[in-house]
Amino acid sequence: MKFLPLAWKNFGRRKVRTTFTALSIVVAFLLFGILSAIRVAFRAGVDVTGADRLMVSHKVSIIQPLPISYRDQIAQVPGVREVTHANWFGGIYKDPKNFFPRMAVDPATYLDIYPEIKLPEGAKRAWLADRTGAIVGRVTADRFGFKVGDRIPILATIYTKRDGGRIWEFTVDGIYDAAKGFDTSALLFQYDFLKEATFASDRVGWYIIRIADPRRAQQVVDQIDKMFANSHAETKTSTEKAFAEGFAKQAGDIGAIITGIVSAVFFTLLLVAGNTMAQSVRERTSELAVLKTLGYADGLVMGLVLLESCLLALVAGGMGLGLAWLIDSRGDPTGGYLPVFYLPARDLVLGIALAAALGLATGAIPAWQAMRLRIVDALRRV
Amino acid sequence: MGLWRWFSQVGAVTMLNLRTLGQRRGSSAATVFGVAGVVMVFVAVLSIAEGFRATLAATGAPGAVIVLRGGSDAEMMSGIARDSTRIIADGPGVRRTAQGEAASSELYVVVSLPKRTTATDANVPLRGVQPAAFEVRKNIRLVAGRPFRWGRNEVIAGVGAARQFVGLEVGSTLHLGENVWTVVGLFESGGSVSESEIWTDVDLLMPAYRRTMFQSVHLDLDSPAAFDRFKDALTTDPRLDVKVVREPDYYAEQSQSLTQLITRLGYGITVLMAIGAVFGAVLTMYSAVASRTREIATLRALGFGSGPVQISVLAEALVLALAGGVIGGLLAYLIFDGYRTSTLNWQSFSQVAFAFRVTPRLLLTAIVVTLPMGLLGGLFPAIRAGTLPVATALRET
Repeated sequence: MKFLPLAWKNFGRRKVRTTFTALSIVVAFLLFGILSAIRVAFRAGVDVTGADRLMVSHKVSIIQPLPISYRDQIAQVPGVREVTHANWFGGIYKDPKNFFPRMAVDPATYLDIYPEIKLPEGAKRAWLADRTGAIVGRVTADRFGFKVGDRIPILATIYTKRDGGRIWEFTVDGIYDAAKGFDTSALLFQYDFLKEATFASDRVGWYIIRIADPRRAQQVVDQIDKMFANSHAETKTSTEKAFAEGFAKQAGDIGAIITGIVSAVFFTLLLVAGNTMAQSVRERTSELAVLKTLGYADGLVMGLVLLESCLLALVAGGMGLGLAWLIDSRGDPTGGYLPVFYLPARDLVLGIALAAALGLATGAIPAWQAMRLRIVDALRRV
Repeated sequence: MGLWRWFSQVGAVTMLNLRTLGQRRGSSAATVFGVAGVVMVFVAVLSIAEGFRATLAATGAPGAVIVLRGGSDAEMMSGIARDSTRIIADGPGVRRTAQGEAASSELYVVVSLPKRTTATDANVPLRGVQPAAFEVRKNIRLVAGRPFRWGRNEVIAGVGAARQFVGLEVGSTLHLGENVWTVVGLFESGGSVSESEIWTDVDLLMPAYRRTMFQSVHLDLDSPAAFDRFKDALTTDPRLDVKVVREPDYYAEQSQSLTQLITRLGYGITVLMAIGAVFGAVLTMYSAVASRTREIATLRALGFGSGPVQISVLAEALVLALAGGVIGGLLAYLIFDGYRTSTLNWQSFSQVAFAFRVTPRLLLTAIVVTLPMGLLGGLFPAIRAGTLPVATALRET
């Protein structure tokens, strides 16, 4: 620790260069942090899917509905613990730009199967008892300032009411939170309300199943699909992970291309900053020789150089990551298109490791080159 | 100092700087590539948005109109009963041909087909049409096989869809529930969104998807000017509850959200990177000035003013940035222009195949962006070069 002031003094030798090197590193890691969040966003929650959940949708395409009668049939399949279902409601809140998912679900079973949804007990009771009630996720509630008790009018795009009306009003009974990574942008309301108010009453969009043993998922999948084979509505059952992955992949290589490009830039920035850092060590070869003349051991001199370069890389990199974390924790920057947007802890750790690697590499290589020189030669170099 | 002398000094020192660039190859190259990287990313990301927008913008002729159920904002969610489609086709201003009105009642659904790049299922749009569909969209052109026959389980596929998804070659079959359909032809439509679709006879598609209603009517008016009258007639008709949109407007709106998403991400990333590259440029220019301390001091001692020396440093930074901009733009053009991919269009919940487009306007914007980067990067080093104390600088090693 007594060498810290020495390292600090060295930063001051060329203040401008040190400042700009540090700033480049800050920007590089800021970019890295934001990139991580974008990557997570494009994966759309694949990482938080439940291993014990299966999705059953129509085989031809997800837009085809399935009969409600399948619910009881699926529940009979051995290995199935619980079944619930959901309908995509679509609709418009004031303006098509205000997009957030709205779904009609069976409240009790849906909340059972998705324990990720954290809803206060009182709100849950209120919702179960309120036919026109709805719960709204935190992200959307914050975005539009929804509070418990508000009435949200939604203009239907798919479901016209029996009386020809197209405005559906839902009372907010609760606002739910969830663990990081779980999408909290959806509005959920009672399937019974949908059923009563429309003609298209006996169809659901997809089923979600909880199974007893994730290791036997494939057997359950096969059994369900076999059960409905050759019916007028054949099914395609998949694990929730496969389903979510398939969905994320629908967005195509756009996410991959953006991440690819930005990673390239990240490493370029590191290369430029690293080169400058290495250069500042090379410039001081004769100084290192002086230190050695004074009796500093090779290892100690090396340690000094590394201390300096690692300090710069870690402090600047840490600042960049911190800034990225601040920006990411403000959530989706695009206004609703990327509802899951955060900096995962894993990437934070990776970022710090990269910063440390940067410090080690930029310090070690020139320092090692300097060490190999004989003191006399090093001192003679200009 | 006379103005003329001042300018000739600027010219002389600038030329000297530029001619000696070769001696500072390493650090200059770092700046050039830093800027080139920024420009490449900028152009590449925005070319995605540009290509997507262009594909949807290529869809919809000026007189073409799409009629949906009132309140719905996409075909997939719409529904129009058969009786209503008759009333719509009889509306004022609908172009008439030898075969009747140029109005096609259509069904728009999706079928899951594996994407070539990921091998996972994606929502490929499947459109059921009536014969007039080819009157409304005049740019449909078969490039392989033959047209599908009405009343048969046959489809034709857009070339975009065939490129992106497995199983759409001429002669292959599609399984839609109990029905098997044969792909008999491939079509082009001038790069429009129709190229992402599969087309078939709507009267066969409806029972296959257990639908009793159409979803939209695509029609062609005598002239684009007839739109308002046609729209008023339909929306005031008590028998109908419809929304009437010009096709170009409909597709422009569909492209909005993805274009916006990519543009925002693109600009955000670019600004950050530009900041990074400016820092890189500052570092490079500082070291350029530092390595030439004696040279600059010699010039000053010979009687060159500090102004010309400063301007020459700025000019050098600008030239480096510009070179980076041009290289980055060219690289982006070579690598990304025409790159084909497909993505999920959230508004229609189906896949759109499109190609990245590096447009001249985009390239120009990118190169213009490099100028402030060069200026900012050169500013502080230039000030430094101009204020070097001549006597001590001459003595430096």
